[in-house]
Amino acid sequence: MSDTHAHSVAFVRTEQLPQLAPPSTAAGPVSWMRKNLFSNIPYSILTLVALYCIYLMLSGFVPWALNGVWNTSNIRECREVLNGVSGGCFSVLTERWNQLIFGTGYDREEYWRPTLTFILLFVAAAPILFMNLPRKMLIFTGLYPFLAFWLIWGGTILNPLLALVGIVVGYLVYSRLVNQSFAMGFFGGVAAAVVTWWIGGYIVGAIAPEETLLQAVPSRDMGGFMLNMILGTICVSLSLPIGIALALGRQSDMPIIKWICVVFIEFIRGVPLITLLFVANVILAFFFPPGSNLDLILRVIIMITMFSAAYIAEVIRGGLAALPRGQYEAADSLGLDYAQSMRLIILPQALKISIPGIVNVAVGLFKDTTLVSVISMFDLVGMIRGPILASTDWNGVYWELWAFAITLFFVVCYGISQYSQWLERQLATDHR
Amino acid sequence: MKKTVIFGALTAAGMAAGAAAAGTLDDVKARGTLNCGVTTGLVGFAAPDANGEWKGFDVGVCRAVAAAVLGDPAAVEFVPTTGKTRFTALASGEIDMLARNTTWTFSRDVDLKFTFVGVNYYDGQGFMVPKDLGVSSAKDLDGATVCIQTGTTTELNLADFFRSNNINYEPVPIETNAEAQQQYLAGACDVYTTDASGLAATRATFEAPGDHVLLPEIISKEPLGPLVRHGDNEWGDVVRWTLNALISAEELGITSANITEMGAGTNNPEINRILGTEGTLGEMLGLDADWAMKAISAEGNYGEIFEKNIGESTPIGLARGLNAQWTDGGLLYSPPFR
Repeated sequence: MSDTHAHSVAFVRTEQLPQLAPPSTAAGPVSWMRKNLFSNIPYSILTLVALYCIYLMLSGFVPWALNGVWNTSNIRECREVLNGVSGGCFSVLTERWNQLIFGTGYDREEYWRPTLTFILLFVAAAPILFMNLPRKMLIFTGLYPFLAFWLIWGGTILNPLLALVGIVVGYLVYSRLVNQSFAMGFFGGVAAAVVTWWIGGYIVGAIAPEETLLQAVPSRDMGGFMLNMILGTICVSLSLPIGIALALGRQSDMPIIKWICVVFIEFIRGVPLITLLFVANVILAFFFPPGSNLDLILRVIIMITMFSAAYIAEVIRGGLAALPRGQYEAADSLGLDYAQSMRLIILPQALKISIPGIVNVAVGLFKDTTLVSVISMFDLVGMIRGPILASTDWNGVYWELWAFAITLFFVVCYGISQYSQWLERQLATDHR
Repeated sequence: MKKTVIFGALTAAGMAAGAAAAGTLDDVKARGTLNCGVTTGLVGFAAPDANGEWKGFDVGVCRAVAAAVLGDPAAVEFVPTTGKTRFTALASGEIDMLARNTTWTFSRDVDLKFTFVGVNYYDGQGFMVPKDLGVSSAKDLDGATVCIQTGTTTELNLADFFRSNNINYEPVPIETNAEAQQQYLAGACDVYTTDASGLAATRATFEAPGDHVLLPEIISKEPLGPLVRHGDNEWGDVVRWTLNALISAEELGITSANITEMGAGTNNPEINRILGTEGTLGEMLGLDADWAMKAISAEGNYGEIFEKNIGESTPIGLARGLNAQWTDGGLLYSPPFR
C-alpha cells in the first residue's frame, strides 16, 4: 500500500500548513451581514426597506447640512445665496451666536465672564465628581459659588464677599456650639450668619463704590443657554442637600418635622412645575410693594429647586428603604448618634443605590429649565421662539435653530448620564 | 451662589419696600427708567436685534414715552411678556405700561380694569391667497378651502363673513401659525386667514413672497394700542398724549429731520404748542415744556416709526391702509393740542 502511495504522490508535505483565515462566508463582514441582516427572506426585505429609509433621510439631510450657508446677514440673503438649492441657513447661528449662548446682557468684550465661569465650573465640580483628585481642590469648590456670582452678575465684589463672610461666621459659631447639641449649633450658626449679613448689608450699601470692576448685569437680560446652565447647576446642587434633608425628615420620629416634610413633598409633587413657575412670575408680584421685586431668576430658582428637591427626596427615600434594617441596628450598636450613623453608614449606601434615580431627576430638571420660556424668560428655547424667530431677518428659519438647541441639550444630558454610569461602576461593591 | 443671591435679593427687596407708592409718573421719574411691557417677539412690532437692542413698532411707543418723561429714549427697561402674563404684569405693577399689540376690547377695558390710551395700529382679520388663484376679492372665494387656527375669534369671524355673503367654504383646522405656513405652502388650503399684520409678516418669510397676495377685505376690528392701569389718570394722560403727539406730528409735518428747526418756533401755533415754544402743555402734564419734542426726536413721528418697522420699505411691507392719517382717508385722528 505504501509503495503505491510513494509512487503515485510526487511530494509529501512534512510541516503543517499555516492557519488560513476562515472563508469570507463564515466570518468577517460578509458572514455578519448574512447572519444578521439577510438570514431569511422577510429579514432581507426588512433590511432593504430600512436601508432605503436611511438613504432617504441622509439624502435629504447631508446635502442640506453640507450646503449650509454660514455668513449671510438675513434669511433673504441666505436664500439668494442658496438660489433654490437645498441647504441650511446656518448663518442664523453665527449671527445670533452670542444671543443663543449668553442672552442680551453682556457687551461684546465681556463675554469672557460667563465663559470663564463655565470653564471654572468644571474645575470646581471636578473634586466632587472624581474622588481621586487632590482634596485641596475642594477649597476652590467652596469659593466657586461666590466667584461665579460675581463674574456673572457683576457689580461690587463686596456683596459676594459679605455672603462668604456670613457663612464663615455662621460656621465658626456652629463649630463652637455643636459640642453642646446639634440643634443649638445649627440654629446658632444660622442666626449668626443672618446677623452678619444684616449688619454687613448696611456697611456694603454705604461703602460700595459707584464704579465697579465688572459692570453689573441685570438678571432680566440673562438668557440663552447660559440661563439653562445657571438654572440647572444651581437647582441641582441646591436640591440635592434639601432633598436629603427632606427624605430624612420624612423618616423622622418627630411628628412635626415628619408632617412638614410629608406635606411639602406631597404638595410639590402634586403640582405641575409650570404652575409653580407661573406663581413665581405672576402671582408673587402681587405680594410685593409696587416697585420692589424679588429678582425673577431668584424666584424661578426657588421654585425649580423646591420642585426637584421633592422628587429627589422620594428617590433617596427609596434608597433608604432598600437598606436592610440590620444596617441601622449595626450603627446603633456601635454607639453612633443619629448624625454620625447617617453620615457614616446609612447615607453612603442609600445614596449609592439612588444614583440612577437622582441622575434621572437631574437630567429631567435640566431639560425642564426650558419651561421658563413660557414665563417670558429668554433661555435657549425662549430666545429661539421669541427674539430670533420674531426678527424680520430670521423669521422662517426653524430647522437650523432647533437642531442647534437639540445638539446642546443632548451633549449635556448624555454627558451627565455617562458620568453616572461611570460612577456606578466605580462604586460597585457587588452587593446587588 | 445660593446664599449670595438670596441675600442680595433680600436687601434689594428691603430697600425698595421703603419707596412710597406715589403716582406712576413720580415712580418712573424717581426710578429713572420706564418699565415697558412688550411681546417676547413679534415680527416688526417688537424683538431684540442681534445686539440685544429692542426694535419695532410697539417699542417705538415705549421709547417715545421714556423720552417724554425722562428725556432719554434709552431709559426703558423692556419687560417681555407672553399673552398669558401680560395683564398680570401690568396689574401687579411690574410694568408701567403695556405696548404689546393688545386688542382694545370691552372686557379688557372694563372687567380687567385697564385704560387703553389710544390705538397705535388698526389691525383686522384678512386673507392671503396665492397669486395663481386669480382672486381679487374675498367675495370670490366661494368653495375655497381655508386654513384657520382653531379656537380663536378668527374662526368665528370667518364663519360670520361667509354666511353674511352667502358663500361656502371648507375649513382646514390648524393649531399654530408655523403649521399654517407649512399647510398653506403645501397647498393644503387655498386661503390662509389671520390678522392682516400677521399675514404680511408670514408672507415676508416665504421664499417667493411676490407669488402671494393679501386680499383687500378686512373682516374684523382689532384696534391695538398701549394700555395702563385703571386709576392713575395722570399717568394715562402722559402715555395718551405722547401717542397723540406722535400722530399729530405726522399730520403737521414734524419729522425727526426738521424738528430742531421747527422747535425754534414756526408760524403754526399748534406746532408751537406741541413743541413747547408756546403755551404750557408740558407743565399741565407734569413734564418739561419740550416733552413732545423729545418724544418725537426719539424715533420720529408716527409715520416714520411705521415706515421704519413695518412699512412698505421693510420686508413686511404693510401699507398704511386704515392706519393712514384721517386727512389721507385713514383712521388716525389725534385730538387737538390746545
